[in-house]
Amino acid sequence: MRYVYLVLFFVVVMTVGALGFRGSISTKPPLEVFPDMDRQSKFHPQGDTAFFADGMTDRPIPAGTVARNMIVGDDHLLLGRDADGEFATTFPASLDVDRDFFNRGRERYEIYCAPCHGLAADGKGIVTQYGWGLPANLHSDLIRNQSHGEIYNTIANGKNTMYPLGDKIDPDDRWAIVAYVRALQRSQNGRIEDVPASHQGELN
Amino acid sequence: MSHLFPKSANRLPLQIITFLVVFGGIVTAATTYYATPKYTRVGYAPIQPVPFSHALHSGELGIDCRFCHSTVEKAGHAAVPTAQTCMNCHSAVKTDSALLAPIRASYESGDPVEWVRVHQAPDYVYFNHAVHVNRGVSCVECHGRIDQMEVVTHSKSLSMGFCLDCHREPAPSLRDPALVTQLDWQHPLGKEGQIADGEKFIHDWNINPPQSCSGCHR
Repeated sequence: MRYVYLVLFFVVVMTVGALGFRGSISTKPPLEVFPDMDRQSKFHPQGDTAFFADGMTDRPIPAGTVARNMIVGDDHLLLGRDADGEFATTFPASLDVDRDFFNRGRERYEIYCAPCHGLAADGKGIVTQYGWGLPANLHSDLIRNQSHGEIYNTIANGKNTMYPLGDKIDPDDRWAIVAYVRALQRSQNGRIEDVPASHQGELN
Repeated sequence: MSHLFPKSANRLPLQIITFLVVFGGIVTAATTYYATPKYTRVGYAPIQPVPFSHALHSGELGIDCRFCHSTVEKAGHAAVPTAQTCMNCHSAVKTDSALLAPIRASYESGDPVEWVRVHQAPDYVYFNHAVHVNRGVSCVECHGRIDQMEVVTHSKSLSMGFCLDCHREPAPSLRDPALVTQLDWQHPLGKEGQIADGEKFIHDWNINPPQSCSGCHR
């Protein structure tokens, strides 16, 4: 009888030795008991397939088609250009430029712009400490004098060494970022006239 | 004939039963320990085509999760970023790195980099990232401290019990949606403050996580 328990003990040691413990690091994919249920033959976002020549389940939008909820024809909203094809100097009429809009712009700016341009928009984002050259200082006269539409266009399509971000940021959010950039620019270029007359004396 | 079996055979039935109980106990314990996603999934850390470090990009540089996984607030899936996303910086930083060659090749050719998926719910589960993130469930609840991982590792079980624990009692896992990507965030008032805030969010936003089968399985 003792031998039976010795064998059993040996089997337990072998099993633990082979299977290890919970949470141990492994490069092997997890075991799936019913793989045909776990991994069904259907298309997933960003998945792969042998059906299409390029091997991708995500398909490009066919020319001439309009997806649901897609806005078409609003050049001011989508391209930042007015009726004459010039960069727009105003925000699109469909957007409410209010406090929520600026807050949204701030959130988006801090996600997508701050790594390079910095939280204060002075062009000293974290990447400059890691070998990236000189992101634009958004308080420069060049950019302060750009129209809203031109900044919008830069966000959507990139400029010089900046790559396009239009694939990540929706049109509404691009405009919100423009608004927040304007607020940041204003914050760095305050004039005495901006202070209420009753308080101006306190600053001298 | 009276000595066909030795006297010790009288103990045999009891010994067999004892052995079966011990053996059954060990099998049960082994199954409980091993046949669960806590063993099968946790610790999965595949080798990726590019050794991208979240610890560097997210933890050290502080780049927001949504800079790369930009669909997470709008879509069911949190997209793996395009090579262009990498090239935002790597057109100027470490441009000669051999480790980044697959990124440059992908950017040139348009063929995607073949990242290996780490967290993958079974196909009969319809998990939606947007609805969780927009209601204040942080990335860290399911993915762990990605911002400390050199190599992305499956850190939570993501079993059905794991989902249901939270769906039954969401308050400890809810926060201001503006904070969802701050993986190190803790409620400043500790556990009680967290629960109180969580209860408030559940009430204010009418959060009612489904516990029925069809909530996640269609």
